[in-house]
Amino acid sequence: MTTDTTGPATAAPPAVRHVVARPPTFRRRLRSVLKHAGLLALSLLMIYPLIWLVVASLRPDDEIFRDLSIVLTDPTGENYASGWEAHRHSFTRYFLNSAVLSIGAILGNLISCSLAAYAFARLRFPLRTLWFATMLATIMLPVHVVIVPQYVIFAQLGWINTFLPLVVPKFLATDAFFVFLMVQFIRGIPRELDEAARLDGAGHLRIFGQIILPLMVPALATTTIFTFIWTWSDFFGPLIYLTSQENWTVSLALRAFLDATSESNFGGMFAMSVLSLLPLFLAFLLGQRYLVRGFATTGIK
Amino acid sequence: MPGPDGTAARKIRYPDARTGYAFLAPWLIGLVTFTIGPILASAYLSLTDYNLLEPARFIGLENYVDMWGDRRLWASLRVTVTYVVVSVPLQLAVALAIALLLDRGMRGLAFYRSVFYLPSLLGGSVAVAILWRQVFGTDGLVNWVLALVGIDGPGWISNPSTALSTIIVLHIWTFGSPMVIFLAGLRQIPAVYYEAAQVDGASPARRFVSITLPLLSPIIFFNLVLQVIFAFQTFTQAFIVSGGTGGPSDSTLFFTLYLYREGFGNLNMGYASAMAWFLLTIICAFTAFNFWLSRFWVFYDD
Repeated sequence: MTTDTTGPATAAPPAVRHVVARPPTFRRRLRSVLKHAGLLALSLLMIYPLIWLVVASLRPDDEIFRDLSIVLTDPTGENYASGWEAHRHSFTRYFLNSAVLSIGAILGNLISCSLAAYAFARLRFPLRTLWFATMLATIMLPVHVVIVPQYVIFAQLGWINTFLPLVVPKFLATDAFFVFLMVQFIRGIPRELDEAARLDGAGHLRIFGQIILPLMVPALATTTIFTFIWTWSDFFGPLIYLTSQENWTVSLALRAFLDATSESNFGGMFAMSVLSLLPLFLAFLLGQRYLVRGFATTGIK
Repeated sequence: MPGPDGTAARKIRYPDARTGYAFLAPWLIGLVTFTIGPILASAYLSLTDYNLLEPARFIGLENYVDMWGDRRLWASLRVTVTYVVVSVPLQLAVALAIALLLDRGMRGLAFYRSVFYLPSLLGGSVAVAILWRQVFGTDGLVNWVLALVGIDGPGWISNPSTALSTIIVLHIWTFGSPMVIFLAGLRQIPAVYYEAAQVDGASPARRFVSITLPLLSPIIFFNLVLQVIFAFQTFTQAFIVSGGTGGPSDSTLFFTLYLYREGFGNLNMGYASAMAWFLLTIICAFTAFNFWLSRFWVFYDD
């Protein structure tokens, strides 16, 4: 889906009601008030569980389920202290592991996907159409079809219980979604820029590195943020490949609260849940512009 | 053998043959190593008895015959199909409805869009799934609200007849991502269409059915196809909400969860491979059906 949203604010045609100008009647104003009231109520409904999670994580453990409101009387940090040390290793370890994995995945996707995207968008070579169609098909291929043989490959390489199975494929552009996203973006960059550089004697490597890459920073930003969010929240991959506790990611450590000692440490579990969501929330705040644009250029989640 | 002329012709048609493949190399290696190779291997493994420790033993179609008689497998398929068929259309409908409400230039658009979008970014995480166990638990938020109006709610997660619904609600809660796409799509519809319709005296409902829906239908269709494919692969939410069991009484035993337990729990790698192929067949069938159905409702302008 190539919904072009460059400059959405300026491109948006004027709304109907401005064209057919009518003085705001009482009924119209009432409708507007009702609409905002409804949307605000829905906003609260959507966000309430998240706010409650934060508030509950700051309550004494025995009060968590007695009080489901979001009024916090005397906050305490004890859940954060107990949660941080709840497992064999402290959460410092798990956060570091998640961070290392995320950085590796981001680097891999940025490098490999942009190279492939440049080839698809700008170069003419035999079988291009076939490869492009194959690339699109792999976006939709369920991971479960390939997970068993992949596991066997990594087991034979001795990579089980290392980060390699989760990072190395990213350097080989297995997240085809981002290749597609970048292809769409590069196609929007005027070819005249390439041709001018060509006339100056630049080869493809230079055109790619000095013209296309700097111009596709928005697509790279979208890729970075999505890769971060998906890697940080990934559960299936770490569950299969990371077996010993020292290699656990935050997702695996959180899950361990569920089977450890009959779920006694609710406070700690909530506190660590809040901390695990914090980086995602920050990525959302910092990258909202790019996230929305990424959605719109591809039409995929 | 291409002579000098043939080489020259190739050169003109494919001026960047070598460079192209050089740029494509990482992706191609990944494609062969991690996708095409494993697909072929998986097809073979599905015909074997394989537990990782001993060499795979060829058993023909036995895994597929076993699947036919595996009642848990059919139960898990029913759970998954129910989830897909209910949650995907509902989520898209909510996304479309809210996108229509947030029409062009309304006050507070950026605020609402952010608030509705945020859950879709967090929804795939373990933390949110953990939160969901609490929200729908016996002493959870939902029952707390119900108690305010005098209703004694059940333990939604621990009750086999409601456990799946809680995961469906979780999916609907993440309607923000399709909503954002719909908002972008709505912006593409030229305002002149609406002006003309208004001059002709068309009602808002009529304008929606005759202008908005047809012009947005390719985007709706595209999202429907992809969301169905992705929804079939739901794993984390089912795993966490049920504590890894798929319970109570297999009511949240998603197909992927059962596949994981067979493959990586019981090390029945051959059987898990056969299950994966079955899942792929089902997903393809649903996708093909979607494409067939699209002829009746998707409108292409060009």
